[in-house]
Order: sequence, then structure tokens, then C-alpha cells
Amino acid sequence: MPDLLLELFSEEIPARMQRRAAEDLRKLVTDALVERGFLYEGAKAFATPRRLALHVAGLPPRGQDVREERKGPRVGAPEGAVQGFLKSAGLASLDEATIVSDPKKGEFYVAVIERPGRETIEVLAEIIPAIVKSFPWPKSMRWGAASREPGSLRWVRPLHSIVASFGPETETPEVVPFSIDGVEVGFTTRGHRFLAPQPIEVRRFADYLPALERAFVVLDTERRKDIILHDARDLAFARGLDLVEDEGLLEEVAGLVEWPVTLMGAFDERFLAIPPEVIRATIRANQKCFVLRGKPGPDGRERLANAFILVSNLVASDGGAAIVAGNERVVRARLSDAAFFWETDRKVRLEDRLAKLENIVFHEKLGTQAARVARIAGLARALAPVVGADADLAERAARLAKADLVTEMVGEFPELQGLMGRYYAAEQGEAPAVAAAIEEHYKPLGPSDRVPSEPVSVAVALADKLDTLVGFWAIDEKPTGSKDPYALRRAALGVIRLVLASEARLSLRARIATAASGHGREADAFADDLLAFFADRLKVYLRDQGARHDLIDAVFALPGQDDLLMVVRRVEALGRFLDTEDGKNLLAGYRRAANILRIEEKKDGRAYDAAPDRALMSLPEESALAEALDRAGTAAAKAVAAEDFEGAMRALSTLRAPVDAFFDQVTVNAEDAGLRANRLALLNALRAATREVAEFSRIGGEGR
Amino acid sequence: MTATDADLQPTRSFQGLILTLQRFWAAQGCVILQPYDMEVGAGTFHPATTLRALGPKPWKAAYVQPSRRPKDGRYGENPNRLQHYYQFQVILKPNPPNLQDLYLDSLRAIGVDLGLHDIRFVEDDWESPTLGAWGLGWECWCDGMEVSQFTYFQQVAGFECAPVAGELTYGLERLAMYVQGVENVYDLNFNGRDGDEKVTYGDVFLQAEQEYSRHNFEAADTEMLFRQFRDAETACRAYLKAGEPGPDSNDPRHRMAQPAYDQCIKASHVFNLLDARGVISVTERQSYILRVRELAKACGEAWRRTDAGGLAGEAPAA
Repeated sequence: MPDLLLELFSEEIPARMQRRAAEDLRKLVTDALVERGFLYEGAKAFATPRRLALHVAGLPPRGQDVREERKGPRVGAPEGAVQGFLKSAGLASLDEATIVSDPKKGEFYVAVIERPGRETIEVLAEIIPAIVKSFPWPKSMRWGAASREPGSLRWVRPLHSIVASFGPETETPEVVPFSIDGVEVGFTTRGHRFLAPQPIEVRRFADYLPALERAFVVLDTERRKDIILHDARDLAFARGLDLVEDEGLLEEVAGLVEWPVTLMGAFDERFLAIPPEVIRATIRANQKCFVLRGKPGPDGRERLANAFILVSNLVASDGGAAIVAGNERVVRARLSDAAFFWETDRKVRLEDRLAKLENIVFHEKLGTQAARVARIAGLARALAPVVGADADLAERAARLAKADLVTEMVGEFPELQGLMGRYYAAEQGEAPAVAAAIEEHYKPLGPSDRVPSEPVSVAVALADKLDTLVGFWAIDEKPTGSKDPYALRRAALGVIRLVLASEARLSLRARIATAASGHGREADAFADDLLAFFADRLKVYLRDQGARHDLIDAVFALPGQDDLLMVVRRVEALGRFLDTEDGKNLLAGYRRAANILRIEEKKDGRAYDAAPDRALMSLPEESALAEALDRAGTAAAKAVAAEDFEGAMRALSTLRAPVDAFFDQVTVNAEDAGLRANRLALLNALRAATREVAEFSRIGGEGR
Repeated sequence: MTATDADLQPTRSFQGLILTLQRFWAAQGCVILQPYDMEVGAGTFHPATTLRALGPKPWKAAYVQPSRRPKDGRYGENPNRLQHYYQFQVILKPNPPNLQDLYLDSLRAIGVDLGLHDIRFVEDDWESPTLGAWGLGWECWCDGMEVSQFTYFQQVAGFECAPVAGELTYGLERLAMYVQGVENVYDLNFNGRDGDEKVTYGDVFLQAEQEYSRHNFEAADTEMLFRQFRDAETACRAYLKAGEPGPDSNDPRHRMAQPAYDQCIKASHVFNLLDARGVISVTERQSYILRVRELAKACGEAWRRTDAGGLAGEAPAA
């Protein structure tokens, strides 16, 4: 079976786009083939800085012949019908049609249309240029003389040549015949920019990989990553050091080289006085190098080594000495800057930096960072008792939490915000809980980020997020669709995770009102909407944890549900209850009652919400249910008040037997109107009792 | 080789590096221009790049441009940062297909051995909010150090570039430090001589860095600068208006795009000075940038209605 080899050779593709582009190429080509009825055995795509490549194995040489029978009019039909048939079937005359007889319909014409399958290579010649011309790069560009005209080819960087070869293994493959303006299509590619710049002929995938390897190109990103990781570990090991592994950086550097050559450089030991995170950020962000861990220091804490791993793209004629020396110079200059920042930043106390926050606008409608800090400090103080934190410490931490934004170090490395604040706070003798909270108040940053547990951190983290959410709701800047520029979804999820992890009891509605007053606003206008947003986020969160989102709806449908911890406890208890036989049966009984009520209430145009009258109960099952409802309703309400949701569910489970018995023995729609109304009222009482724990109407069916 | 030739080796003197790059790009057919005679933040502001990148006419130029970044002043105390430094700028419209190869050849010409040094093209999308311009390209790394920027202009002054120009910007001090093997910019050998005759970069610029840092951060007269910003803005608009063809003219050409653009350059630099003095708040900053961009766009629009901007060929019906 023939294979397709496709390579798009361009100038350097941004590292962060390569993996996605390879995947897009594979999907677009194979989808287009399948759509046209061409199945294949396997497809794999690759990316290097200068090429996207695709191998599709096991394609048919041509598509399948298509045979179609089209029914026509009966024999002897009017001329118009016959002509229409001939035209639509593409026949010249009725001689080309066959006549089929059918016992019921008599004789009629049938056209047999046979279309031979198309040559695969022809189809590829259609598919490939179309995909190249509309490739979904996140950002693309025009170039060269062709860009004079509108509609010229766009690619991520200038595209120079294309290898597009198709054919069986045993024969010489052919060039897929298409052309794109200004781009050569054929069998020619190039190797490594410096190590093997000559053109190379490649005809099929089996030759392509080894030809590239000979020309100093490792095609597969995963292999380049393996080589880098393996060599880096070896180099570190030989020096008694440990590589600080960094998957994001590894992926990026693998996208910056076609032939990875891993080397080790060193820097002056005096720079180790700088916090290790700063060294790492400097070396990683600016130089895209890995740092190394040395032996633990005298205090037993882990220390970085004064060495780094760089990944070059060159087998240098001096063994890499000049490359290492060059990188060391740059690292030295960068670390000198960082050391300078570290020295000068510590000369000014954090509280003395606060005045500068007056000049930084947080958001044009939400005032300055200084105003924000004042609000967060007030909120943190108020929240402190709820999470078991010292109020003075929480307020102090909140006041200092944003001060590092105006340090030189954070100006240079924004990703170190919080962390630098912690270092500087510790250096100036703040309480450890305050220093920790300055770093941790940004957390959790995402669904998998660690949730702080130190109470002071929790108080400030909650205050920070509530202030942000309430502020943006107050000015009506809410997330829409995929747009969430202020990361408000993340903030709400952060509040949820903080509350649940610290088991903090708080009424969100009340806290929203407090936070709104900090903004000089009334919360009434948006509190419901913001609570609904929290409910949504909680649903997403619990669903990710495996909870049924219909149960969350069932709990949130009850009035006044703004205590996240209680909502979750209730959902959990409800889930467990509904997994029991009693729970399932009660739910079934509830549905039956609710259905009857819905139908009858609609029919009669009235609600049956009066208390059932014992005097009108003629059957023992009626009185039994009424009694059970009284007992269970009271017990459930009591248990809920005591936040004992398991107890509330247990109380409801006592209803199963009387409910079942009632439906077995009692005809609700009795002929006597009084009896009927009273029985409907009894069903209504059942519905009301279940509302003590959840809105059962929101619970989905089996298998949901 | 005479003594002077040796002194002017790009690896030996700062001026030798400049001369070598000029010769290299002259050999590629570029006009070698001199720096624009106004204060600018980058070589891109030179009309030979900003304005000439617009319109259909081919254009090849190279020049040195002193660049002023008031905020980067360090009173002469930082070995790498300067508030005044040199860029070597190359602009080729349309970009030739082998521009990357030409760039690498230029590195060879200034003494970078590509068998020894690790050259990399690392993604860097260039955007100038004040010029309403953007392009795609790379930072060019030599052994981990950014030595140049390489950009395919896509848009300038808010207009699509058709055709696209390729722009190369060499950071001359950095490159010189690299090829001379010097750690401190002020130690660069400027003239390639030894002993008493040697002139260093510090001899030429250290005092200026100290004085201008003081000026930029402490003394620049902000009231005057705010006034100058407004004046430049007003003048730019006035010149644009004055350069419009009259209502009765059959000639649609704009007649004063370049003087107007000078005022746009002026406004941009004055804004940078105000920014360094710390008198522009974050919100105001955006609005100043926007005001400069509006000027740049208006100038670009006027330029497109000049001969050099491509109007020739669509000359008016006489």
C-alpha cells in the first residue's frame, strides 16, 4: 500500500506552536482523506524548528469504484419524465438504461451509474494545497515579493519548500502534482542549518528519517526531549549534581534545536546568595537554561549549584567551549542584575513602598492598588476569625501583600510576585505567618495548584479574591464565553477550594455585601448573579470530583444556600442517600406524587397546599402517611438545623414504607371531591417534606 | 594590510564593526544613509524605515541610528544598560527570499565563526504601539545572547505592508562587546588603537550617560515637555492639513508628509522623557501612546499619497 510523505520546510517556527501545528497537519490531512472515502493504516506528524512533517501509511493507490443504481420512470412514461431521468442519470438515451420488472409496479427503467475511483495522488494534490493555504496558525504572516498582492500565501514564517511524495514502497514514488506560488514542491529538503546545509533528496518516509539524521536533524520532538534530558542528567551526575527538571522548559528548548547538544556552564558561587527561585527564573526565562541542585547546605536545606545546563544546536569545532563561555557571560550579566535588585530592594521596607501603590491603577473603574490593598486588609481582618487566623496578622499580611509589585525584582520578573514579598518580609523580620501569607495569598492559581492551609494565608487569599470578584461584578465586567481577562473564574474556584479545604463556615451573601461596601457599593444589584456564578463554579468543581451536577442543582434550588461548605456536605449526603434502596424508592414515590400533583393542579387551576385534614382520612394508609410525614418532616428539619444532613436523610428514609403503602392502597383521584382534595394535599405534604433536604424535582433520572 | 585596516577590523574596534556592516549591506545594494537628525527611541522611527516600509516601491537601506531610551539610563554605572546607544538598521522591501542567509553572512563578515557559535532564531513578535506597527520574526541569539532583531513587517502606521519589508536591527554595543570579548560596554575599544591613541566607548560616552541620566530622571523640565508634546501634536496635525491638495487641485498628492512625521517623532520622544520622569500615570500612559499612534497613522496615510509612498503611476488625469 502506498505512503504519503509530506514536509513543509520553513524558517524557524516558534517553539510553542510546533506540537499543535504537527497535530493540526495530521488531523487536517487525514480528515480530508477520510471524508473523501480514503482510509489509511496510520499517520504520524512531526515538527522541528524548521519543518512540519507528516507520514500517512497504507493509503490505497486509488479510491473505490462507485456503482449506483438510480430508479427511473415506468416504461411508457411521458416524454418529459423520461428526459428528466436521462439528464439526471447522465445517460444519452434509454438504450443505456436497463428495464426491471416489479410484480406490483410493472416495468420501469433503472440507470446503472459507475464511477471509477479517483487516483489517490490526484486527491492529495487537491487536499494539500488547500490545507497549506488555510492552515490554522495562531499568528501567520505574508512575505517577499508575492506579498505585494492581496491574498498571498500566509504561513507562520516564510515557507520555502515542500516535499510531497506518494507511492508504494517497492516502486519509485511520485511527486504529488500541485503548486503553490513561490514554493518549490518536489523531493528536496535541507538538513541542519549549519551542520548540513546542502539539499537532500528524499523519496519516502523510510529514507527520510535516516537522511535527516545524517544531516543532523532529529525529526521527532520526543526523541529530542529524551536526548536532552538524558544528556543533561548525565552531565549533572558526572559532577555530583541533580538536574532540576522542568517539563515546560524541556518542551521549549526541544523546539529550538534540530540537533540538541547539551553543555554545562558555571557561574560565580557568590550569586548563590540570591534566592534560588530568582536564579532559576533568571536562567530559565532569559536564557532557557536548566538549573542544577547541589548538596544540601549546612542548614540541611536544598541548594542550587553554581552551574547550569544549556542546550545548543551545534556540534562546535571547539567542543562547545566558545558557546559555554558566551552563555556564561550572559548568565553572569543577568545574575549581576538580579543580585543588584536583591541588594537594593532590601534597603527599603515593604511598608515604605506602599505610597507607590497609589500611582498604580489596578483597573480604571476600581481605583489604585493602594485602595485595593486597603479593602483587602479590612476584609482579611473580618475573615480572620472565620478561618481561625489572628486578625492583626491577617491585616498586616494583607497590607504588605502587594508591596513587592513595586520592587525592582518583580518589575524584572513579574512571575516572582508574592515570592519576593515573602523573602523581603522575612528579611525585615515579619512574623513567619505574615511572610507566608504574602506569597500564598495568590493561591490557588488553578484547579491543580496547592491550596494554602496556614490560616493567615487563607484569610488574605479569600479577601483578595472576594474583593476582586465583587469589584468586577459591581462594574459589570463579568466573564463571557471564552473571555475571562481578569481570571474571575479562577478567583471563584479559588474561593471555593479555600473554603472547602479550611472547612470555613461563611455566608457568601453577607461577605459579598461587606466586600461591596469596601467598594462603596450596594451588593443588592449583583449579589444574586455573583452567587449564581459561584454555584456554577462549584458545579464544575464538584463534577470534576465526580459528583452529580443535578444533585448540586437540587441543593442550590433551595432558598438561602450561600454557605459553600454546607452545600457540599448536603450534596454528599444526598448522593449517598440516593444510592440506597430507601433513597431510590423515596425518589420514585416523590416523582409519582409530583406528577399527579402537576397534572391535577393544572387541571383544576389551583394548588393543593393546605394542610391535610386527618378527619377526612378514610383509609389507614392515609393516616399512616400523614403521621410519618409529620414525624419525618419535623425530624428532617431539626437535623438540617443541626447541620446533620445524614440524619435528615435518615428521617426521610422512614417515609419509604408509608409512601409505598399509600400508592398501593389509596386511589388519589377519588370520586368524592373532598377526599380527593385531601389526598392531593397529602401528596403536597410529601413534596414539602423532601424540600427540607433538597429540591427533588431537580434530581435527574437513572443513568444521568 | 595597513595599520589602519587592522584597527578597523570589526573584532578590534567599535567603528570597525560599523564600517564592516555598512560595507556588507552596501554590497547588497542598500543605500547607506546617515542617522536621522532627530531624537528617536529606535532605528525603526527613521523615516527611511517607517515611511519607506509603506507603499509598493522597492527600497533597500542601511544606517546607524543613535537610539534614546531615557528610562534605561543608569548613570554610567551599569555595564550593559545605556540611555543612548547605537542600532544598525537594515530595511529591504520586499524582503529577499534569502534574508536569513544574508543576515548570517553579515555575522560572518563581522567575525562571528558560525562553526564555533550557536546562532538561534527565537520567536519574538515585534510590535510598536506608538507606530501602529507589528511584524513577526525573531530575536537572533548568539550563544544565548540576543544580538539582533529580525522582523517581517506586516503593518506600519495601521496600514498593511504590501509588499512586506524585512527589517534587521543589530544591537551594536552588544555585538561589539561580544566580538571584542569585553564585559563592560565602557571598555569597548572605539577606534582600534592601542596605548595613548586608544579611545574607549567610555571616553566618548561615559560622561554623557551620567549627565543624561541626571537630566532624564531628575531635571528634565516636565512643564516644558508637556507643552512640547502638545505643540508637536498640534504642529503635526497642522502640517498634515497644510500639505493636503487644495480643493481645486487636480493633483491628489500630499505635499508635507515628512515634516508632519518629524513632529510625530518629536512627540514620541517627549513622551519617553515624561515617562522616565515618572509623571505619567499608568492610565494616562495608554492615552499618550494612543495619541502618538494617531499621529503616526495620519502621517502614514499622507505618505501613501506621495510619490515615494507609491502614488506615482496613478498620476491624476491632467
